[in-house]
Amino acid sequence: MSAAFEPEVDGTAWWDHEAGPVVRPYMVTGGRVQPVTADFDLISHVVAVQSLAVDTPSPEHQAILALTQEPRPVAEIAGRIDLPLGVVRVLLCDLLLAGLIARYDPPSTDDLPNIDTLQAVIHGLRSL
Amino acid sequence: MDSVRSDAPPQALKILVAGGFGAGKTTMVGAVSEISPLRTEEVLTTAGVETDDTTGVDAKTTTTVAMDFGRITITPNLVLYLFGTPGQNRFWFLWDELATGALGAVVIADTRRLADSFAAIDYFEQRGTPFVIAVNCFDSMQVYTVEQVREALDIGAHVPILLTDARDRHSVKHVLITLVEHVLVMVRAAVPAG
Ligand SMILES: Nc1nc2c(ncn2[C@@H]2O[C@H](COP(=O)(O)OP(=O)(O)OP(=O)(O)O)[C@@H](O)[C@H]2O)c(=O)[nH]1
Ligand SMILES: [Mg+2]
Repeated sequence: MSAAFEPEVDGTAWWDHEAGPVVRPYMVTGGRVQPVTADFDLISHVVAVQSLAVDTPSPEHQAILALTQEPRPVAEIAGRIDLPLGVVRVLLCDLLLAGLIARYDPPSTDDLPNIDTLQAVIHGLRSL
Repeated sequence: MDSVRSDAPPQALKILVAGGFGAGKTTMVGAVSEISPLRTEEVLTTAGVETDDTTGVDAKTTTTVAMDFGRITITPNLVLYLFGTPGQNRFWFLWDELATGALGAVVIADTRRLADSFAAIDYFEQRGTPFVIAVNCFDSMQVYTVEQVREALDIGAHVPILLTDARDRHSVKHVLITLVEHVLVMVRAAVPAG
């Protein structure tokens, strides 16, 4: 299903046939587009490595560090600091490269869900 | 060495809540989430299809696509994240991102506009994502039976269909349990017994 992900040279990918060619804008990031940032899964967890960052480049980076004093998934970070996901992914990439955050990815998507895990989820939902 | 961290994150699982415009996606996520649902946005620039400028810089329109985000903590080490899919069905690549690695999906069918759920049903069927159908009854009286909905949507007998009230926590809990039980049946069928 992900055959649509074929970025062209100019960064415009024909993401979606109905929607047309789609690109993501990067305002806060100074126009930087880093394809590797797509690596940050929506439910990858991010946690700040240090409680205080002295040289944090921007208020947006600071906001992410403040939020990730406890582990948080990428989608939650974007929702809480009210920035689009694409922008948040670039900022996370900066922080990762600066060694200010650690990142934990969900299990590989090829794996079938574990039966014990599913049973734990059912049990947990029942006792909510 | 910081390979063993006390603040290691929990195992994260993802369930999608899909359905047509106004079907009750945000309401459903909010009914069971332990945090008030967050709105997570992706801003997309759609280049005009007709442009003959090869750089594609001209004639762009910006669209904000929003998804709902909610959380249910199962145990300190196991967390379920709920994602309400964007209302605009046409941004399929965002759906791909949401569906990747998802445990399963709830498709909300609004009895007033059953056809609005076709796109989501087709999508999950093609992708092989396990799903259940939650029939959201906006009228106080139940107008359709499960079997009538199954026939109208042309849904195979193995897919669970439930009558739901997306505002009701207990009802939504039941939908999620049914979905995970459905996934369990599918996983058991895929794993050779022994
Ligand atoms: N009577 C009734 N009303 C509902 C139910 N679920 C949702 N609603 C109402 O229907 C309206 C739309 O619900 P939303 O949860 O915003 O729907 P949505 O799918 O998120 O809508 P979009 O994001 O705009 O596509 C709201 O006013 C809800 O309060 C239900 O089960 N019964
Ligand atoms: Mg909504």
